[in-house]
Amino acid sequence: MAKDSNLEAFVSFNRVQKSYDGETLVVKDLNLEIPKGEFLTMLGPSGSGKTTCLMMLAGFETATHGDIMLNGISINNIPPHKRGIGMVFQNYALFPHMTVAENLSFPLEVRKLEKSLREEKVKRALDMVEMGEFKGRRPAQLSGGQQQRIALARALVFEPELVLMDEPLGALDKQLREKMQFEITALAHRLGITVVYVTHDQTEALTMSDRVAVFNDGRIQQLATPDQLYEEPENSFVAQFIGENNTLNGVVKELKSDVAVVKLDSGDIIECKPVNVSEVGERTQVSIRPERVELNKNKLPKKAHTLTAEVLEFIYMGDTFRTRLKVAGNEDFIVKTRNSSNQVRLKPGEKVDIGWSPECCRALDA
Amino acid sequence: MISTPSDKILLSADGRPLKQSLSRSLRQQKIRALLLIAPLLIFIFVAFIMPIVSMLSRSVENDLVSQTLPQTVQALQSWDALSGELPSEPVYAAFALDIQNAAKAKVHTKVGLRLNYEKSGIASLFKKTARKAKKWDIQNDGPFKDKLIKVHKGWGEVEVWQTLKTHSPRYTSGYFLNAIDMRKTAEGADFQPEDKTILIKLFQRTLIMSLIITFSCILLGYPVAWLLANLPMRQANLLMILVLLPFWTSLLVRTSAWKVMLQQQGVINDILVQLSLVSDEARLIMINNEIGTIVAMTHILLPFMILPMYSVMQTIPPSYLRAAKSLGATNWTAFWRVYFPQSVPGIGAGSILVFILAIGYYITPEIVGGTKGVFISNRIAYHILKSLNWGLAAALGTILLVAVLVLYWTYDKIVGIDNVKLGG
Repeated sequence: MAKDSNLEAFVSFNRVQKSYDGETLVVKDLNLEIPKGEFLTMLGPSGSGKTTCLMMLAGFETATHGDIMLNGISINNIPPHKRGIGMVFQNYALFPHMTVAENLSFPLEVRKLEKSLREEKVKRALDMVEMGEFKGRRPAQLSGGQQQRIALARALVFEPELVLMDEPLGALDKQLREKMQFEITALAHRLGITVVYVTHDQTEALTMSDRVAVFNDGRIQQLATPDQLYEEPENSFVAQFIGENNTLNGVVKELKSDVAVVKLDSGDIIECKPVNVSEVGERTQVSIRPERVELNKNKLPKKAHTLTAEVLEFIYMGDTFRTRLKVAGNEDFIVKTRNSSNQVRLKPGEKVDIGWSPECCRALDA
Repeated sequence: MISTPSDKILLSADGRPLKQSLSRSLRQQKIRALLLIAPLLIFIFVAFIMPIVSMLSRSVENDLVSQTLPQTVQALQSWDALSGELPSEPVYAAFALDIQNAAKAKVHTKVGLRLNYEKSGIASLFKKTARKAKKWDIQNDGPFKDKLIKVHKGWGEVEVWQTLKTHSPRYTSGYFLNAIDMRKTAEGADFQPEDKTILIKLFQRTLIMSLIITFSCILLGYPVAWLLANLPMRQANLLMILVLLPFWTSLLVRTSAWKVMLQQQGVINDILVQLSLVSDEARLIMINNEIGTIVAMTHILLPFMILPMYSVMQTIPPSYLRAAKSLGATNWTAFWRVYFPQSVPGIGAGSILVFILAIGYYITPEIVGGTKGVFISNRIAYHILKSLNWGLAAALGTILLVAVLVLYWTYDKIVGIDNVKLGG
């Protein structure tokens, strides 16, 4: 999970726990190491503890147990203003009574920089986010996207090595969000800063990050690169949370190193890749991505299993077709197919044989 | 008919001009809305605007003299008040007629009292003269000059006649001059003798003490408002009740409680003596002076400062302070540069409220203020209730009202009234 070399870690969480009321743990035993220059995203549903982790790193919450290290030094007892960590807040938190330039100048003033140096840095930071001509405006006179850029510039203007972002794009519309996603990653890589990014939007996490930590119930469920996360989820939560997923429930009948035979609740028997099952007789959730299911028998490899399915719904989505099927008792089995010239368009009520290669089908915890 | 583009006036479907139809359709709504608030409007007019206007008009009204002594006022017009000589017989004759009529109508004491504000002694002069004049035969009993002087030698004094003439016009600036420690004499406006100047001093004291009270309220109220806005819900609610508790207690009870606390044999002095911080002989005098008024009024007006501050602070998200700290500001810098400027509108609103309330406060200074801690409003009450010089009371009230309006205007010019928020 974590990289084993301690020297490499720029930020590390060491068995960190957090409780607000002394009764329940919001963060349970968090271990995480972030190397310098990485863009790491904490992804999870609300209440999963991701924001709490970010706040502990920023210094606004204290860890109930454990160590948070920055650059090899424990920062548990360092107040937030001495940590030198840049932060972009959910609602930007631009100071409404100051102009854009004053907002940017603020972190430099409290660091007692000279006026000429301050002005130069403010100008450079504003140019970096292409907001140079807005320096005399108040935040209220800017659009959401512009405020976002200013907030970013303010978090970067004092040249921190670590920048935290707490759902910074949540308030923007879809198009702007996609544009800003690209801009933020490009900027982060160009400046070589380490970014810890919190979001509940999985697309954002997948497109922006070097690595993603999926949070649920106060624990990291999986820490991996976006492609690993999508293609090789390690447990059923991650499989469900990231992307679309079809699940079939069953019991493990046979277990070998590279193949598990699962008897589905409907009685069908399929072969899967064992991922998170340990013994025969255990209940399991089999996970298959909608785009890995093949509706055309002839295209399947020889080993592949086939199941008979009934078409319940066919949705035309332009570039793709979505077909909802009833497979082995599951009425929400989705198959995504590309809109190519020879692709069949199924009608509700039709019976069809579907299949997939065994390595695309993962046996996870129930 | 379809209107052609060349038509200047837009017509509605029935051919009437559009503007006319629009105002017709809106009229109904307006009338209904007006009827809905009519009871309130009438109430405000009758119970608030009319009394104030009538009270304010008393500060310049002066028709008592000219109404009661019409002939005398007429006759006095030809008399030169600065000549140093007594008026001639026709004036005395006119006065004899007037005072007889006044005595019959039993209004002579009123005018005597009115003139007594300007020159003491005139009230008794009028009373005595009226008693005699009732029996006179105006047609045949003349000449009246010697007769009146015989009744009371006051009628032989030029000053009495000067006073009568000076205060005979229907409208007078006399009350306003009195209100700023001046008086109207035959020679024009003049300063009151030193021993009679009190009102300017009172105005100054009212202003300064109101400012002190406002600042004490800011100092005490700000942390409380901050706590209210930042504590968890449960504790904040409890604190809110503590803030509001004074509101639910009678003003009189609270003020009297301060009397118990502050007096020389009171709770605070007893504790100080027991702690040997103050010796028994040198107990602090904290009541019946400025300190008493300031302490009690600060306590009473504190909620008016806390509530607007609280509602403004509630709208300041905690993320601003966090942002400031993450940018490297210490707690103090974050507060002073980021939080405080955003809470200023609340301070402004609270200050205006407290200051305006304080400047017209009456009951608390009356009870705990003694002589050194009373306000101008206590003087107004004195003139309304005791000396019955309503004209002077009205003039003082008008000055107070104008002073408040001027301060409000200044505040608007300096800080801007848009910067005052009572919440949201």
